[in-house]
Amino acid sequence: MARLTEENVRLAREIIGRYPKARSATIPLLHLAQEQDGYVTNEAMSHIGELVGASSAEVFGTASFYEMFKFEPVGKYLINICGTMSCALLGAEELMHHAEERLGIKMGSTTADGKFTLERAECQAACTEAPCLQVNYRYRYRVTPDQLDSLIDDLSAGNLSSEIPAHGVVSSVRQHIPADRAVGAVAPELVTENPVWLDGKAAL
Amino acid sequence: MTGGTWKHAPGFYVGDRPQVVTSRFQYEDSYTLERYLATDGYKGLRSALARPANEIHDEVRNATVLGRGGAGFPAGNKWGLMPQGVWPRYLVVNGDESEPGTYKDRLLMERDPHQLIEGCLIASYAAGLSQCFLYIRGEMALAQERIATALNEAYAAGYVGKNILGSKFSLDIVLHWGAGAYVVGEETALIESLEGNRGMPRLKPPYFPAANGLYGQPTIVNNVETLANLPWLLNNGAAAYTAIGTATSPGTRMVAVSGHVNRPGVFEIINGITTFRDLLYGEEFCQGIRNGNDLKAFVPGGGSAPWFTPDQLDLPFEASQVGPAGSMLGSGAIMVMDSTTDIPRAALTLTRFYAHESCGKCTPCREGGTWLERILSRVVDGKGTDADLDQIFEVGESICPGAFPHASNEKLGIAAVPFPYRMNTICFVGPSAYAPVHSALTLFRSEFDARIVKRTMIKVTAVSE
Repeated sequence: MARLTEENVRLAREIIGRYPKARSATIPLLHLAQEQDGYVTNEAMSHIGELVGASSAEVFGTASFYEMFKFEPVGKYLINICGTMSCALLGAEELMHHAEERLGIKMGSTTADGKFTLERAECQAACTEAPCLQVNYRYRYRVTPDQLDSLIDDLSAGNLSSEIPAHGVVSSVRQHIPADRAVGAVAPELVTENPVWLDGKAAL
Repeated sequence: MTGGTWKHAPGFYVGDRPQVVTSRFQYEDSYTLERYLATDGYKGLRSALARPANEIHDEVRNATVLGRGGAGFPAGNKWGLMPQGVWPRYLVVNGDESEPGTYKDRLLMERDPHQLIEGCLIASYAAGLSQCFLYIRGEMALAQERIATALNEAYAAGYVGKNILGSKFSLDIVLHWGAGAYVVGEETALIESLEGNRGMPRLKPPYFPAANGLYGQPTIVNNVETLANLPWLLNNGAAAYTAIGTATSPGTRMVAVSGHVNRPGVFEIINGITTFRDLLYGEEFCQGIRNGNDLKAFVPGGGSAPWFTPDQLDLPFEASQVGPAGSMLGSGAIMVMDSTTDIPRAALTLTRFYAHESCGKCTPCREGGTWLERILSRVVDGKGTDADLDQIFEVGESICPGAFPHASNEKLGIAAVPFPYRMNTICFVGPSAYAPVHSALTLFRSEFDARIVKRTMIKVTAVSE
């Protein structure tokens, strides 16, 4: 597949510029690649390596540690059903079983039409709203099997496309630091003095 | 009013209690700069900048703002651990909330991102930190969107960046986000991840990144809730802060109670005073166990914490009392199990979590966690043997040598083993895999025995007669 597009390279350079060391941008750039292609391709990982000064193996070494990065295509909608304690106490197993029956696939696989991937997820920090799930990292709380059915219906019909972007896009808002307001990142070895405001006087 | 809520803050309930960090949750637009400024926003920053940085550090130290991430170390003291004269120093905000049962930092990030940003600014000013990285959990899309929007607003309005409010204080705050790994919540693993590596905890010593952190520089890693306390503290002063709660646990705490209660929820409680009984049964909190059932057990401080039973209900939410009783307060997460709970299965959901999240660096955790999960699964499936139960303790011993903390139990006639444990691993993931199964086996042995296949139960028939 693809290296990063011209526009994404511009974004990548902007992101890299915020860090004292380029390597720190590795995970944000992997997200950018996944946003572009829906998963992280080998070509994108070599490209990211070139941009941050690492080998493609090093980039893959980092990427493969993290659950969210996929190295082969997944469904347009990734449904993560939480199975950790609070959700398990309130019916997560039944919900997973129902999802498998409804979509005709097992947890960890994708429907033949490429629309849905089912995954068993670990604690999603919505424990009071159990059982919960995420569709492309957008929450659904206290989900009953019936609600899961109508969610799948809605997703299939494209009714939720404005709320839930295709897999790969996590945050739909990007940070932008205006040039005239930026302090700028400096490599740590180039900083030898204390910050100017530590002069024992008030800053204002 | 005893316990209202709003549709836009799912799970949160307000009560007749002081609100240090949740005061804006009532507003649907609480995350906007406009609302923030209309409700005392960035006033704490302005008053901080009007005083020398060291005075602000003293203010935070005097208030004894305890870390809200799990370890409960006072923030002011943590900042003081940085070596003198070494520059630059960094702030890394731990927004990688993923401890089972924990749901508070996400609410604070989604509902009041400017409060967190102001907290970062105050901390960086006080401790002389040159750049701030806000590390948000990868799966939290809305929190990332809210913080990105808030940062964009704050930069444009002059609250973040060069010469903040026209002063000599300058700071960039960079939004960084993870990609799904529980262990990254450990502070040295968080730093590794921020450097673009696999998120594996670093060897210790040094014990604190304050000595050697991001890029080998002095680094402060603070939890979201800890920093969110600072604007209120600056607006009201250390004396007002310590007037809430107890001397050893001042202020308030966000606590999430989930599982088999009538009204699961997130509450801002008075630190050190509120008891578990208040939380589980109180009218302004969870209003009792569901369906009128009896309480069987509860996890008092996140999935890593040893379990309590009704015997411990009257303990207050105070580390100095919960520790000797055999557990910890951790990240402010209580998970409740009623009398219908299948204890071995419940323990399995947690042990599986930690086995799955082991980074693989330390052998006792990588191998031990998986062993515990496998053995426990076998027992749950009715295929375990007596030897399996002994083996669980043996594997546990290799992760945490010596007596492992647990609660006392009157009916069983056992005394508490106080927290903490000794450990053969760098971080707490390994011991956390053991904690649930150890508690379950110690307190509910008969439920395991009932699932064990006994030799005497197997009917041996001759092959040929």
